[in-house]
Amino acid sequence: MLAFTIRRIFEAAIVMLTVALMAFVLFRFVGDPVNQMVGQDTTLAEREELRERLGLNDPVIVQFGRFIWNAARYDFGISYQVKRPVTSLIAERFPATFELAVTAALFAVLLGIPMGVYTGIHRDSWLSKLFLSVSLIGISLPTFLIGILLIYVFAVQLGVLPSFGRGEVIRIGGWTTGFLTASGLKALILPAITLGLFQMTLVTRLVRSQMLEVLRTDYIKFARARGLSDRAVNFGHALKNTLIPVITIIGLQLGAIIAFAIITETVFQWPGMGLMFIQAVQNADIPVMSAYLMLVAFLFVLINLIVDLLYVWIDPRVRIYGREA
Amino acid sequence: MSTDDHGLPAAQSTNPIRPPARSLASRFFDSDLWYSFRSSRLVVLAGIVTLLMVGAALLAPVIAPHDPYDLRALNLMDSDLPPAWVKGGDPRFLLGTDDQGRDILSTILYGTRSSIAISVLAVFLAIGIGVSLGLVAGYFGGIVDTIIMRIADVKLTFPAILVALLINGIAQTLFRGRLGGAEFWILVLSIGLSFWVQYARTVRGMTLVEKNKEYVQAARLIGMSRTAIMFKHVLPNVLSPVLVIGTINLALAIITEATLSFLGVGLPPTEPSLGTMIQIGNKYLFSGSWWMVAFPGLTLAVLVLAVNLLGDWLRDALNPKLR
Repeated sequence: MLAFTIRRIFEAAIVMLTVALMAFVLFRFVGDPVNQMVGQDTTLAEREELRERLGLNDPVIVQFGRFIWNAARYDFGISYQVKRPVTSLIAERFPATFELAVTAALFAVLLGIPMGVYTGIHRDSWLSKLFLSVSLIGISLPTFLIGILLIYVFAVQLGVLPSFGRGEVIRIGGWTTGFLTASGLKALILPAITLGLFQMTLVTRLVRSQMLEVLRTDYIKFARARGLSDRAVNFGHALKNTLIPVITIIGLQLGAIIAFAIITETVFQWPGMGLMFIQAVQNADIPVMSAYLMLVAFLFVLINLIVDLLYVWIDPRVRIYGREA
Repeated sequence: MSTDDHGLPAAQSTNPIRPPARSLASRFFDSDLWYSFRSSRLVVLAGIVTLLMVGAALLAPVIAPHDPYDLRALNLMDSDLPPAWVKGGDPRFLLGTDDQGRDILSTILYGTRSSIAISVLAVFLAIGIGVSLGLVAGYFGGIVDTIIMRIADVKLTFPAILVALLINGIAQTLFRGRLGGAEFWILVLSIGLSFWVQYARTVRGMTLVEKNKEYVQAARLIGMSRTAIMFKHVLPNVLSPVLVIGTINLALAIITEATLSFLGVGLPPTEPSLGTMIQIGNKYLFSGSWWMVAFPGLTLAVLVLAVNLLGDWLRDALNPKLR
């Protein structure tokens, strides 16, 4: 277990270094940082001075070392576009994305698992078929189209929910939350559904296929033969054993939720990190792009690591394999 | 001679002369694949819809009533017209017009054309990269295998859409202002590069199995080069799952292209694409111009759904376990 953990952490560190190298190359060589920072009428001497001050004349390897050192201390330089430290921009945007992602994940799990269990138990009922058809459509419709559809129905036609922004937010320390106001909660509904729908269909289908598999096993037949109630068999025995792969997938999907938040945030003009990233891409704001890349990579690697370790912890069979490897 | 006990077709053993070569078409219509295709009405429908849409996209310059590329034909007086059957609609524009006065129907035809072209090229690129890397990794093994698979692992950590977005962002920044029509190829590249891992992993796994089989050993004995064995003998035997993943990926590639264009980092607004049309229409949603979003959105959804259904069917039909 310890060897497995150390090996996994080592691999995660290599992934992070690779991503850091990509971010550094992006930062240093795509577009000239000095040209981006100064105006048209800056003299050559001033440019050279700035270049020296930023350390751009040092050997590349020294610059890379400094880049890593700064990133490790959570310093990603200054945005070209808004001329402010990237970290403070991210700190401003992060709560919005976090609240949206968590709500979407909750929506996906709290609706997806019951739907999956139901369609697994009642294979041929019309409600199951309806759920599955809806989930096929959920997979085939692109995220942004779902968002637009929801906006059209609930904001344009019915006018009951807002179509953009976070509503009123309350500031608690360095964190802004929309959970505590009515308008904040209302603004959260449509984006969270848009972001969570795909994950919900995924969870439904996964739980369903796992349930179908588990319900065929001998210990379920035996549990029924013992005269246990349907409820005890379905939830106590069957569902419990389907949950390991489901937890893994949900963990890994958290990364996908953060990535897809870019699209949802654009559709709903949600002031989160995804919208910041898209604006950075459109404005060639390299420091913001590379910081986002590093942060998201860090989140993904962290989630992967935790899921891997959880898996070993839950399932002893993996532990044996991990020891051998 | 009781050949039937061995499961051999009787015709082959009792008649030593080979049956007359049949045409490719008749072989196709007798195949299991065609039978399983015909036996599901939904799949047939999906096939017909896909064919119709691809056909309409290919023939766009011929059948489109207007040319959305021709700026002289556009008239701002015609902008923002509803579909022909709605009050205020113009019979010249069956599905209405957008904010520039472009005919929605024609733009959809041209847009589907570029969406399909980009997605197909991107999937081919991904197959090319993934299959070659997978073959090499599986066949040579050792350090080559480790390096390729490690890269694949790193790549797999990130969702495809994010990788495509990043590659696209970098390329756009690098060629800022002097792209001149290269957006098309940047899209192909960024989508292609974000999908190759699945092929590489699948092909590597199958190559590991295939390379120990007798036909590969025989080929080595007669002195064929490793490259020739890889591409002439192993490759054809690992292609059927590639076909399945390719079809499913095609739907994903269409969605990715539309998403990138919708986000404003794909094709420029002057080029018709389903994603760009939806992006433009989205701005006019509140003024009640629903047709600008509805028709391209519907086209996109139907196209993706049809291709997805075909992919699902192909996966089941080519999977011997499910027969």
